[in-house]
Amino acid sequence: MKVILIVLPVAAVICGICTGRLPEVSAAVLDGAAGAVTLAISLCGIMCLWSGLMRVAEECGAVRVMSAVLSPLVNFLFRGLEKGGRAAQLISMNLSANILGLGNATTPLGIQAMEAIKQEEGQPEGAPASDNMIMLTVLNTASLQLIPATAAALRSARGADSPMDILPCVWIVSAYSLFIAVAAAKLLAWFSRRKDSFDADN
Amino acid sequence: MQITDLFIPLIFAGILIAGCAKRVDVFRVFCDGAADGLKTTADILPALVLLLVSVGMLRASGAVELLTGLLEPVCGLFGFPPECMQMVLLRPFSGSGAIAVYDGIAAEYGADSLPERAAAVLLGSSETTFYTIAVYFSAVKIRRTRYAVPAALTADLTAWIVCGVTVSLFFG
Repeated sequence: MKVILIVLPVAAVICGICTGRLPEVSAAVLDGAAGAVTLAISLCGIMCLWSGLMRVAEECGAVRVMSAVLSPLVNFLFRGLEKGGRAAQLISMNLSANILGLGNATTPLGIQAMEAIKQEEGQPEGAPASDNMIMLTVLNTASLQLIPATAAALRSARGADSPMDILPCVWIVSAYSLFIAVAAAKLLAWFSRRKDSFDADN
Repeated sequence: MQITDLFIPLIFAGILIAGCAKRVDVFRVFCDGAADGLKTTADILPALVLLLVSVGMLRASGAVELLTGLLEPVCGLFGFPPECMQMVLLRPFSGSGAIAVYDGIAAEYGADSLPERAAAVLLGSSETTFYTIAVYFSAVKIRRTRYAVPAALTADLTAWIVCGVTVSLFFG
């Protein structure tokens, strides 16, 4: 993150000098600062509406229902965890919160799930990440969210005719990348196991 | 009318009805959640100022066009608008950065243009990969993440390609 914050402005200044567009770059600084506030205000209404609705859904037990649906899938993706144990439950809840787009609930649940996996697998301090930990993290880096609320809010702020018309595309892209994420994680886990047994043989 | 126009009203009504049916104090709970949304927006504002300025500077300097021109041949292979490469490159690192990039693209090419839609799809279908990995593993104090980064980046690469193909298929 720090690197990005340095790279972007430095690249802009160097490029601005080369193309002779420094006056525009300078103007962009002031425009950007003002634009951020306008953008935040135009986002604010939909963010509030969405968080409010999702809180109601949460109170209705949406996470619990979704976790129950997901639990067979969790047992399939995460090997060697106790079925219905604390870790498996937290993983299901983290994935459910992700799917429902409960931004504020997702990360705490994910962190608790990571701790629960660590505890259940009883890894020593300083051990590398386990396959299950990587699976959980990779699932969280792929976007599981069903309704792209922020993207839709931004689109309507910019005057898109029908902000949700990207929904089929978003679902297709999410599904593909999710599938590839799981496949890549499983494949790389298999490779690293093979490498370990190869090293042990020699 | 498109079928996707139904989603928002349906979700809105559906959740409120479910809330009433489950005897949730809908009004109070909703207001609690909405206040959280207000807080989230306020929380991202400082980062948004910094990133909107940085991304704006980059756009004004011509660096983005340079990058776009450079990557055009690759993107052309699967119909991805090369104008959105900035999104592909910044998305894994920063959520506020991705918002800043989206807004810049939407302002320049207009709502409902191909680059605008591709940027929105990518925003809605990928995550801040490196940030997530950092948060999850530092929570359990693990330094050696083994194949987590390659696996996650393979997924991001897939999202980029499939985004190009689907957006140009649906809206091209």
